[in-house]
Amino acid sequence: MSAPSKISASPPAGSGVLLVISAVGAFLAILGAGLTQDPIFRLQIGTIALAGVIAAFVLNGGLAGGTLRDHPDQYSDNVIKAGVIATMFWAAAGLLVGVIIAAQLSWPRIFYFPEFGFLNFGRLRPLHTSAVIFAFGGNALIATSFWVVQRTCKARLAGGITPWFVFWGYQLFIVLAATGYLMGATQGKEYAEPEWYTDLWLTIVWVAYLLVFLGTIWKRKEPHIYVANWFYLAFIVTIALLHLVNNAAIPVGLLNHKSYDVFSGVQDALVQWWYGHNAVGFFLTAGFLAMMYYFVPKRVERPVYSYRLSIVHFWALIFIYIWAGPHHLHYTALPQWAQTLGMTFSIMLWMPSWGGMINGLMTLSGAWDKLRTDPVVRMMVVSIAFYGMSTFEGPVMSIRAVNALSHYTDWTIGHVHSGALGWVGFISFGAIYCLVPWLWKKKEMYSTKLIEWHFWIATTGILLYIAAMWVSGIMEGLMWREYTPQGFLAYSFIETVSAKHIENVIRTVGGLMYLAGALIMIVNVWKTIASPSAEPAEASAAPATAIA
Amino acid sequence: MSLWKQHAKFERHSLLLIVGILLVVSIGGLVEIAPLFWLQGTIEKVQGVRPYTPLELAGRDIYVREGCYLCHSQMIRPLRDEVERYGHYSLAAESMYDHPFQWGSKRTGPDLARVGGKYSDSWHRDHLMDPRSVVPESVMPPYKFLADKELDYHDIVDRMKTLRTEGVPYTADEIANAKKDLEAQADPFSTDAVALRGRYGAKVVNRDFDGDPNKITEMDALVAYLQMLGTLVDFKSYKAQAPENQR
Repeated sequence: MSAPSKISASPPAGSGVLLVISAVGAFLAILGAGLTQDPIFRLQIGTIALAGVIAAFVLNGGLAGGTLRDHPDQYSDNVIKAGVIATMFWAAAGLLVGVIIAAQLSWPRIFYFPEFGFLNFGRLRPLHTSAVIFAFGGNALIATSFWVVQRTCKARLAGGITPWFVFWGYQLFIVLAATGYLMGATQGKEYAEPEWYTDLWLTIVWVAYLLVFLGTIWKRKEPHIYVANWFYLAFIVTIALLHLVNNAAIPVGLLNHKSYDVFSGVQDALVQWWYGHNAVGFFLTAGFLAMMYYFVPKRVERPVYSYRLSIVHFWALIFIYIWAGPHHLHYTALPQWAQTLGMTFSIMLWMPSWGGMINGLMTLSGAWDKLRTDPVVRMMVVSIAFYGMSTFEGPVMSIRAVNALSHYTDWTIGHVHSGALGWVGFISFGAIYCLVPWLWKKKEMYSTKLIEWHFWIATTGILLYIAAMWVSGIMEGLMWREYTPQGFLAYSFIETVSAKHIENVIRTVGGLMYLAGALIMIVNVWKTIASPSAEPAEASAAPATAIA
Repeated sequence: MSLWKQHAKFERHSLLLIVGILLVVSIGGLVEIAPLFWLQGTIEKVQGVRPYTPLELAGRDIYVREGCYLCHSQMIRPLRDEVERYGHYSLAAESMYDHPFQWGSKRTGPDLARVGGKYSDSWHRDHLMDPRSVVPESVMPPYKFLADKELDYHDIVDRMKTLRTEGVPYTADEIANAKKDLEAQADPFSTDAVALRGRYGAKVVNRDFDGDPNKITEMDALVAYLQMLGTLVDFKSYKAQAPENQR
């Protein structure tokens, strides 16, 4: 690593193989598109063909022109740069769709278009959730994990061209899923909507991701695997397990987009929420805790508060999370013993969750003054606070008696968004504010003032959002169960819908503010990248020391 | 303390770490999910529950395609207000042939587990075409295009065969007559409707669900599905308090 930078004449390992795979894949996809009778499948497989052709074309050009070269003595940072840009792009897209569907519920007469069925709430909602969770969150996780694993292992990413395959393969997954939803290709399982061929593609990409990550760990020059990497590894491995089981399905035909889930009814419900709750636990929690364990200590220049706490809460968190799924199925036809088990573990989950929060917050010991001076630190601290808040709220909502009120209402939506906007969003934004100057070799972000603006607009937006959803959720839950003195139900269902109008509007405004914050950040990131380089920073030439 | 030193093994061996993670995350799922596949009490057999007719199945696929489950649950909880508002609480058996289940997680609109028979076909058509024409405060999207679009059922036999592979008890007779049954159910004057009822039960009705006699549309299929939801079990004869239903 410390040797002077030299450029290898040979292309990254596997480039030729990937070229052949792309070309063959494109050929097969064109064949499939020609043979199928199913218009949705034709468009989806046509997208795969197009991606294969572009990949083959670019790889061929790079190999023939000699521009595709390996840099074995440097960290692979270009793929992380691409990941950061993709993260910001999908953040804007996913948040925008969220604002649109919030507006649809606020003003249905304006924001629905009878002639364009693909813009209906039912098709845009999976687009919104997948775009923010898998596109924005997933790209943030892949990009930061590539940075963290290289720096903490002092090794270049393993696998030659494979990290680029992971990056572009993941974007193809997102495009296939998103365009599929608009056309009506869905498995009908929340947060697992992509159809069978998209699921298979993601499986291939995910295995490649695991191999790149593990391969880099195997090359490490540090004896210890840093704590952030435990969390990234738990996230990658467990998501693979969840994805494979919950998406088990049989396609109606090999040239048909439609498939049927192998599970049904009550078993399917529990498999789905075992998956769904652990998409939260391992995608949106473990992965982002990994981010916290690297970027918070780095930014405040303090070691992680407690090494022992990180061990205890790591194993406790991943053990207990898996049990919590049945709390999504209280009072349903799921056997009560399963509901009770799920509730019990959900309440226990409070402890390891707060273990993570305490470890993150206390890392600031001796550096609390940075809260005043550094808006990025403030963003990350508020993020950890939201993590603590929503991991307290979650166990409360998992109690059967509370769930009887909260289930099926907007309260759940508010809970999800305090976690998603507050915790996941802010820790990712914080990490990217750190990464951009490091990656593009700038002294700092273009404007600290814009970060301040982003922080305050977005924080206000979150508060408006979750306060509105608490009010509307508890209100509708109470209205549904209210009786008149004569013993009749007090409200018809539609009265509870119209009662929520003002909260829906406030939610839309809150979401719009959060989107505005992200757009400000995009401008700031853009300006930073475009600004002249300050000095050739050490970041990519000499490995940074891990704070463990 | 030596225990902390033991942990260093996980920190130095990535494969050990992976094996540890996989073991730890497997336990909860195995304990909670696996028994549901063999415990007898998970799904009580209930009289009347049957696989969907081809037209209802096509309608259900449209329900899934349009993401109706994102705003409508199909799971009535045994709570006083829900039972009074929506009807008898949902039984596990009622969704035993649902691949995937559509219990839902959110009620932006009302529960639909027992919506069948509550409204007329023409109400459903009007409501789906323009929800605010019949419920002014509704926030539901309009589904006018369903009434225009002819139902594509060229692969209905493949769909039923796939479901049979997964355990839905479609008979060879039902699969062989799938297209005929589908067309019969959408035609109020069909002579094949008797055979349809012979296969799927006396309660199956053949009507022109969308009010357009010229073609079988997606609206026909969706309304046919909505009109059978929750109607299979006869709750006048089902005794929830009977010992065999109290296990």
